Amino acid sequence: MAKSILHKADTRGNADHGWLKSRQTFSFAGYYNPERMGFGALRVLNDDVVAPGRGFGTHPHDNMEIISIPLEGDLQHQDNLGNTEVIRQGDVQVMSAGTGVFHSEYNKNSDRPVKFLQIWLFPNKLNVQPRYDQITLNLEERKNKLQQIISPDPSGPGTWIHQDAWFHMGTFEKGKILTYELKDPNNGVYIFVVKGSFTVDGQPLEARDGLGISETSTVNISANEDNAEVLIMEVPMHIPQNS
Amino acid sequence: MQIDQLNILAVGLNAEIMAVVNRLINGHEQWKGTTVCTIAEAIAAFSKEQYHIVLLCAGICEETASQLKTTLAGLSPATIVIRHFGGGSGLLESEILSALSQHNIRLN
Repeated sequence: MAKSILHKADTRGNADHGWLKSRQTFSFAGYYNPERMGFGALRVLNDDVVAPGRGFGTHPHDNMEIISIPLEGDLQHQDNLGNTEVIRQGDVQVMSAGTGVFHSEYNKNSDRPVKFLQIWLFPNKLNVQPRYDQITLNLEERKNKLQQIISPDPSGPGTWIHQDAWFHMGTFEKGKILTYELKDPNNGVYIFVVKGSFTVDGQPLEARDGLGISETSTVNISANEDNAEVLIMEVPMHIPQNS
Repeated sequence: MQIDQLNILAVGLNAEIMAVVNRLINGHEQWKGTTVCTIAEAIAAFSKEQYHIVLLCAGICEETASQLKTTLAGLSPATIVIRHFGGGSGLLESEILSALSQHNIRLN
C-alpha cells in the first residue's frame, strides 16, 4: 500500500521581503514547520518571485545539490567557480555545492519579475568538488510526455547531480494519462504541479500543490486541463548521513 | 530542559563559510556560536565551555564526524551532534530548532 502526503499550495511557508516573494513547501530560513522538513532527499522546494533588478547577493552553500528551474523571466548567476550565466524558461541549472561555493542570483531584467523554482537535495556524497552546470532543453520534447531533466547519470538525458534522483517535466493536454514508473521502488516520488491541475493516484492537485508518494513502484497521473505542467521528482527516502 | 542561552560549536574546514555560519548563529539573540576547524580544536573548546549543539559543517568527513561523536559521547554526553547542510541561512534555523525539539530543550 503506497504512502502519500499532500501539501496544498496555500499551506506552504510564505516569505514576503518586498523584492522577494517566496512560497516554501518545506521549512526554510524563517519558516519552520517540524512537519515540513522535506521528503526523503528532497529538502527544499521554494517557489520564488524576484522583483526587477533585485536579487540575492553573494552568499555561500555547501553539501547540497541545488537545482534552479526558471518559469518566467531571466535569472543572472555569478559564482566563485568563474561562472557568469543567465538562465531562462527551458533551462535547468545545477550546483553541487560540496566543499563550498559562493554565488549571487539576480533578476537580469529591470522591467519584469523573474519566477523560478529552487530545489535542494541532500547529496549522496559529502564534500564533493563544487560543480556548476546548466542546460537548455527543447520544450517541444515535453509536450504530452515526460522529459528527463535531472538524473545521477552524466551520460543520460538532461543534466546530472550527486544524488540517485530523477526529475522529469511535462506539459499535457486535458485528458492525457501517463504512468510514471520509479527507477527504484525504494525511492519516493514528489509530484509538484507547476501549472493547471492533475489527478495523481486519485488525488486531485491544483497549481503549486505537491504530493509525495512512497512505497510504490508506479504513479498514475492524468491532466485535468490543457497546458497543465508537472514536475516529477524521484528521490531516495533514506539519507544515510542524516541518520 | 530549559536554558537561557544556546551554546553552539560549529566545526568546518571552509573558513569563509564558517565565518558566515558564525555570523548567522550569533545573529540570534539567545544563540552563542563558536567556530573551529579541527577535532582537536573542538575537543579543546569543551574544556572552556559546555556546548549544547555541535554542528558538523563543510569538509568534515564521515570518519572525522564519527571520531568526534565517540569522543563527545564520553566527554559531554548531553551534547547534540548534528550535520549542517547548505552552508548558510537556508537550513540553519530549522536544523537547530528541530534538534532542540527532539531533545526537549527549550529556550527561556
